[in-house]
Amino acid sequence: MGIAETYSRGRQFAIERPFALVLAVIVVVLLGDLLRGLATGQTQFADIGTLVWDGLMRGLVIGLAGIGLSMTYSILNFANFSHGDYITAGAFSGWATTYLIAGLGRADIGALLLVGAGGSVYGGTLGIGMLSTPLAVVAGIVVSGAFAIALSLAVDRTIFKPIRNEDGITLLITSIGVAFALRYLMQFVFGSDVRGTTAQPPSVSLYFIDGTVFINAHDITLLVVASALMLGVHVLLQRTKLGKAMRAMADNKDLALITGISTERVVRATWIIGGGLTGVAGYMFILWKGTLGFNDGWLLLLLIFAAVILGGIGSIYGAIAGGLVIGLTASMSVLWIPSAFSRAAAFVVMIVILLVKPSGLFSGRATA
Amino acid sequence: MSVRDDFTARIPGGDAGLIVLVLLGTYLAYVLAGLVLGYTLRGQLNSIATLTFYIGVFAMLSLALNLHWGYTGLFNIGIVGFMAVGVYVTAIVTKPTYVAGGAAQVGGLGLPLWVGILAGMLAAALLGLVVALPALRLRADYLAIVTIAMSEIVRFSFLSGELQQFQLLGNRVGFGGGSGLILDFAPPLEALLRGVGLWNGYLGFVDAFQVVVPRNPKPVVDGLIYGLLLLGFVAGFYWLLKRTGESPFGRVLKAIREDEDVANALGKNTDRFKIKSFMLGCALMGLAGILWLVPQGAVTPNFFRPRVTFFVWIALIIGGAGSNTGSVLGGAIFAAVLYQGPRYFQNLVSAVFPNLDSPSGFGQAISPLISQFDPVPFLLYTVDSIRQLQLVVMGLVLIWLMHNRPEGMLGYRKETASVIPLSRPKSMAADGGDDDSVRTDGGVDAAAQGGETDE
Repeated sequence: MGIAETYSRGRQFAIERPFALVLAVIVVVLLGDLLRGLATGQTQFADIGTLVWDGLMRGLVIGLAGIGLSMTYSILNFANFSHGDYITAGAFSGWATTYLIAGLGRADIGALLLVGAGGSVYGGTLGIGMLSTPLAVVAGIVVSGAFAIALSLAVDRTIFKPIRNEDGITLLITSIGVAFALRYLMQFVFGSDVRGTTAQPPSVSLYFIDGTVFINAHDITLLVVASALMLGVHVLLQRTKLGKAMRAMADNKDLALITGISTERVVRATWIIGGGLTGVAGYMFILWKGTLGFNDGWLLLLLIFAAVILGGIGSIYGAIAGGLVIGLTASMSVLWIPSAFSRAAAFVVMIVILLVKPSGLFSGRATA
Repeated sequence: MSVRDDFTARIPGGDAGLIVLVLLGTYLAYVLAGLVLGYTLRGQLNSIATLTFYIGVFAMLSLALNLHWGYTGLFNIGIVGFMAVGVYVTAIVTKPTYVAGGAAQVGGLGLPLWVGILAGMLAAALLGLVVALPALRLRADYLAIVTIAMSEIVRFSFLSGELQQFQLLGNRVGFGGGSGLILDFAPPLEALLRGVGLWNGYLGFVDAFQVVVPRNPKPVVDGLIYGLLLLGFVAGFYWLLKRTGESPFGRVLKAIREDEDVANALGKNTDRFKIKSFMLGCALMGLAGILWLVPQGAVTPNFFRPRVTFFVWIALIIGGAGSNTGSVLGGAIFAAVLYQGPRYFQNLVSAVFPNLDSPSGFGQAISPLISQFDPVPFLLYTVDSIRQLQLVVMGLVLIWLMHNRPEGMLGYRKETASVIPLSRPKSMAADGGDDDSVRTDGGVDAAAQGGETDE
């Protein structure tokens, strides 16, 4: 292969994909800056380790919640803006359960059920944590999933089913209405204050080249739960008949109908799987970050959308990978830009992907 | 011809008549409620001024959104971001230059307000260009996600400490971070009147107004006149968008909304049309934001939460996308019923039952209901948190509209491009005349009937 050939191929690439080229230059510059920082000792390896770990955790939450969004996006064909409030609803239901079990007999039941609204009871005082109150946390995880399933089925039955055959934008606008109704109903019941939910969990310090990276019990819980659920969804979609039906439906609705797949059954299964994962993701998010407010799900939703678009709508592996990329971007961007813009950086990554590869990293509409 | 068209045709003055009728009805309802509350004349005038203000801003915003969604089919849910950019750029351009020891932490460029407003609109339009370039080539729901992400990026940027102050053309300026900016310059009304040399006359008029409102009439008069000014702007927006919609440019926009591929096949560069329409709408949103927030005297980034975007969408959907008259009506009805209505209701309750002690949380409110079947604390809590429940109600209204009336009150009326009206003449339809006769003389009869209601 001659130099001329390489040159002409390179030139063609630059002409056809100018955005990709600019992107590559930016990535090289950023990496160069990082390496320079490491070489001069301005940036420590341990700091980067901490940021990567933080980004990984954030990415797992986004990916887990993103699976449900991606599935409803491809099977029901609309961007569900109420997804973020399913996360919050799941989190509140699960944390009410956890508070109730952990604090029964030690505080007023009403205050426990309202997750300590208005500072009536604090999660830290109750000593909530994976190691200190394992039963309460496990029960919370189960309830959050179950509640989110019930909620998403109820909303689907009453609100989305009557307009199932409308176009995506009508459903999208409706879902915005659902989102606002749910969010402010939750604010009405649980109040607008952000409450601390957990006691400081025990952590281990890992020595990492030039410093330490702290990993606590809740990080490990999140890692285990998220990985197990993701693996479970993979097995379900690949090995079961239901999974095959769902993939067929996402690929081509008419063909799926001709082969005798029941649409409503698949739709119900989609809401059950997606809703359950979303509720658990909400619970784990709160367990990991330790605070709970009525806006949490909504603020996470835009990052989840970024992840789903990044990975390619309809692909659950894309949602997981996209979640990790978005999580890592949001965490690691502080190396280069002020932390106030970390969320903005994640959106910029999404917009860049839309420019370079609009169909997403795992392009194609296969729920696989 | 549907019942609605008949209805608007029967009102004297057509569309404008309908708007005036709805506005008069709304004001009458508010004045009657004020009479029940025993408001003084001052209170009545104030509540009318506030109502007019919100009708004005929501009508302007939903008109601008109608250009995006109703005419061009661009699904923009980042309205509040364009408003924010308009307001902040206006603030930076217009604020007086920084003086050490002054009340304001940061200064501005100290230019006249009209320069600031133009700069703000320009900035909003440029942001629209930046957003539109990547997103327009993609599906409609991607534009939705990109625009809402953009509006949040804008809010986070204004919130951030890094942009709290910086140097611009040798002046200390900034966005003020979370605590926001003081807009320490003459409000639009004063700037306008000073500009045309009527300020002293206006002050004289305010003094004369003491006959009606004896003590300190200036805030009342300011509010009323500013409300009128906003209604004037609404009329300007309406005229501009009506002209735009009827121009060849507007016909291409409608063609893009109906079927972009066809418009493309006819040789129209649809991307360019979409970008122009998007930028024009964004500039108008910026202007509406400026007119909303500059008179308030201060601005904080957290005003620009996505809920404001949601308000404008409800207003447009109530009125009906695709219809300018519908946009104005939707804005007015939204402002009067859904936005100001619940707050007015709250005032009404606290006026009728003064000294009520509402519970501080949901727990205290619900426990008497469960244990003693005492609903009073719960009702009190409901009235007290009406500002949150208002959003729940708006969400439910939106769902209801999408289920039952997605086209709104006046949405998507037939907009024929032909010069000769194509509708079946009324007399023939009533007689049940056969098709042939309709086809032969339909054009002449229908011309008398006129296509005036079309937009």
